[in-house]
Amino acid sequence: MKEEILGKKAIEIADMIKKREVSASEVTGLFLERIEKLEPELGSFITVCAESAREKAKEIDKKIDSGEKVGRFAGVPIAVKDVLCTKGIRTTCASKILENFVPVYDATVIERISEASMIVIGKTNMDEFAMGSSTENSFFGPTKNPWDKERVPGGSSGGSAAAMAAGEAPWAIGSDTGGSIRQPASLCGIVGLKPTYGLVSRYGLVAFASSLDQVGPMTGNVADCAAMLEVIAGHDRRDSTSIPAQRNEYLEGLTGDLKGMKVGIVSELSGDGIDEGVLRCFRLTCEILESLGVICEEVSLPNFEYALSSYYIIAPAEASSNLARYDGVRYGFRARDNADSVWEMYEETRTGGFGQEVKRRIMLGTFALSAGYYEQYYGKAQKIRTLILRDFEKAFERFDILVSPTSPTVAFRIGEKVDDPLKMYLSDICTIPVNLAGIPAMSIPCGLDDGLPVGFQLMGPALSESLILNVSFALEEEIGFDAKPQTFRA
Amino acid sequence: MEFETVIGLEIHIELNTSSKMFCGCSTEFGGEPNARACPVCLGHPGVLPVVNRGAVESAIMLALALNCKISERSIFHRKNYFYPDMPKNYQISQYDVPLSVDGWFDIDMGEYERRVGIVRVHLEEDTGKSIHVGESGRIHGAEYSLEDFNRAGIPLAEIVTRPDIRSPEESSVFLQNLRDIAVYLGISDCKMEEGSLRCDANISISVDGKEGTKVEIKNMNSFRSLRRALSFEEERQRGVLNAGREVKQETRHFDEVGGETHSLRSKEEAFDYRYFPEPDLVPLEPDKEWTNDLRAKIPELPQEKRKRYESALLLPKEISSVLVGDRALAEYFERALTEGQDPVELGKWVSGELLALLRQESIPVEECRVEPSGLANLIKLVSEKVISGKMAKDVLREAFDSGERPEEIVKEGGLFQISDENELVGVVDDVIKENPMAVSDFKSGKEQALKFLMGKVMKKTRGKASPEEATRILTERLENQA
Ligand SMILES: [Zn+2]
Repeated sequence: MKEEILGKKAIEIADMIKKREVSASEVTGLFLERIEKLEPELGSFITVCAESAREKAKEIDKKIDSGEKVGRFAGVPIAVKDVLCTKGIRTTCASKILENFVPVYDATVIERISEASMIVIGKTNMDEFAMGSSTENSFFGPTKNPWDKERVPGGSSGGSAAAMAAGEAPWAIGSDTGGSIRQPASLCGIVGLKPTYGLVSRYGLVAFASSLDQVGPMTGNVADCAAMLEVIAGHDRRDSTSIPAQRNEYLEGLTGDLKGMKVGIVSELSGDGIDEGVLRCFRLTCEILESLGVICEEVSLPNFEYALSSYYIIAPAEASSNLARYDGVRYGFRARDNADSVWEMYEETRTGGFGQEVKRRIMLGTFALSAGYYEQYYGKAQKIRTLILRDFEKAFERFDILVSPTSPTVAFRIGEKVDDPLKMYLSDICTIPVNLAGIPAMSIPCGLDDGLPVGFQLMGPALSESLILNVSFALEEEIGFDAKPQTFRA
Repeated sequence: MEFETVIGLEIHIELNTSSKMFCGCSTEFGGEPNARACPVCLGHPGVLPVVNRGAVESAIMLALALNCKISERSIFHRKNYFYPDMPKNYQISQYDVPLSVDGWFDIDMGEYERRVGIVRVHLEEDTGKSIHVGESGRIHGAEYSLEDFNRAGIPLAEIVTRPDIRSPEESSVFLQNLRDIAVYLGISDCKMEEGSLRCDANISISVDGKEGTKVEIKNMNSFRSLRRALSFEEERQRGVLNAGREVKQETRHFDEVGGETHSLRSKEEAFDYRYFPEPDLVPLEPDKEWTNDLRAKIPELPQEKRKRYESALLLPKEISSVLVGDRALAEYFERALTEGQDPVELGKWVSGELLALLRQESIPVEECRVEPSGLANLIKLVSEKVISGKMAKDVLREAFDSGERPEEIVKEGGLFQISDENELVGVVDDVIKENPMAVSDFKSGKEQALKFLMGKVMKKTRGKASPEEATRILTERLENQA
């Protein structure tokens, strides 16, 4: 039974439940058992919704037994990054300031997965307010990488990535502002997709940097990724930046046929600054692409050089404003009730409620927006953003998609970079340009270096999710990456 | 030294859309604190704003009425500052790319007109309301503060004028004109006492044509306090300059009780709002068609209406001002006018008798039980001499109270005026016969006697004799006797 479910695709589990080969309760119970067993060591979850998940599973089973209509992926559990608001389930963003915050509404994405009758099994750990690349910046403590528990799972969606790698959930959801889905997917050997900006509603996603944030699937395979995207993508009136595009049938697009395609290898992201072992896996994967009838050529996107610095102006600037609402007045943590003035209460609440990295970025962003500095910093960063988008557009005139490694390194050791923010920021060097341009990109596992997974990044023009999913699908078949960490077999 | 007062106004109008600027909450005034609030206007984690189309339409109409250019593309900005009645600790407003720019509006000051330039009309959201409990009554030194977010997120139109205003009186007239326009457009009730119309001012004194230092005045809660505050400030600044000192650039607070302004904060303490484009919203791009539709929806505005009343309908200024000053009253007047009565007579009745009754009973004209056509018919009866003006007033009162149509009251009460020659001659002859003393007084030249005799005639006819006719016949008969 256990082996039968574990290692199956989420969409296959859904089929089995529908055909009553297994019940939603059995599936949910299995994953809850694994969570219970693995959590003390891994720390993938901030909140496990054992009770509500079991109840929901029972309900679904009853419906299926009585032939009532259920959603498309009925009874399949899902792990949700603790940055998406879940009605009645606390949503912390891994911050002390929201330690006990229980939303009164569901994020649009949560509504959609509920419509598909999926079961939220728990809320996963992350870097506080999604700021970080290692999941070490969590008020609830770090998450360990299932491949090596001395190492980080990446971040900020490290909890979702680790839960997937360890088999604590059949699929998971993350959010990506500068690489927060793709980089941990890469470090944990799973599939992660950051959709086109505006394809998935941000309503109910606790904002970090509004112009960059996107919600996306984190799955064990490409088909699951396509299936979940079908569930969560689509226009939402409550998000003004949501694209009124037609929904795509992503699963149907997975043909594996790549003949005649042209792929650009981004020079800026496949040389200096990338570990040798990572590069080796990356080049091998490019060769596999060629073997599938794809033409691979190097292409330069010169303004990528400025992507990181531009990102670290724009994201903190927006964050400084987005996080201003956590002030102890209406909800969340309040330092003390008897402060001498509201200003004192603000100061103590925010000093005590936010962690180091969050405070660092709030200060960076506040400074960048200050009178007299705006043009010099924010204004300039926005111009670079435009230049990066042009670089991409130019490259997409010649190439169908672009590729690079997802992360410059494999999973690094816990504590290795936490005191050196600049070093930590470099973890997202390959993923950030995509967010600045608002285009879709995904990471798939392409091999191991020293026993640790390496991720391969595919980037496409706006709304080309079908295309990059299909290329990933073909590569997945051809690479046949089936390595699993020890934890998975536990 | 020649002094000139220079004033610019910054006005906020609460738009009367049914829902808030960025969420679906109701905008009704008052109510239990925090009853009209949702995750969006409370700034909960994860929420996003969605622009209220109705608010955009209201603001565009106002901008058009103030002769502004509508921007083909405008964007929202975040204005960042911490205050407990601001749920997000930033206000969504507009900054350097506003909804509309470069308008003007002429105000009529009686002896002269003044053209006031409009810098911009833009949209933003209102804040909540704080009550600071403690001796100071202000946030500084408060024991605790209570927050009501019912108002948070209500749409505001902000209107900024150029410093073209030259006196406190002009400021007040401008603000009243602006209020009238907003009311005519139906976009706001503009009640200063309820805070749906708010005004701050920048005032400076230029010396021999040289620009002076601007002082911002806040907390003027009525038209009267606007005049008082600016007059006080005008005098204060002139005094400072006369004493050879310099006016300090600062924000001052008007104290209603003392009638004075007090320093609130100096320029050095000014906030840095760290404006940046609101990433949660897309630009507003009203197309030509939409703007044209809205332009077509703009009704005749007060100024044009007043001009038309005076030049085409020949109404005296006092009457046209009263009528135009109240959109509903003007509408009543115009509906009555369609019955074809003399506009001046009608204007007199609407702005006189009818308005007096409405005010007496505190009834809004929309709820008046006398139909416009009923009033017109009543006036028709007067002009046809069926009833006298005096009788008409009584009939109007009765119609006002009972809701019965005036012409019905006249008919049922047999209130027709007697103008029939034969009937009147009979009455007059009787009166002459019965009052020989008065007749001889009249003949000896006592004019008073005629009035006495007329009184008798009216009494005999129970007030129904046509006064003109009766006077004519009485004089005739008396003179014939001689
Ligand atoms: Zn609301």
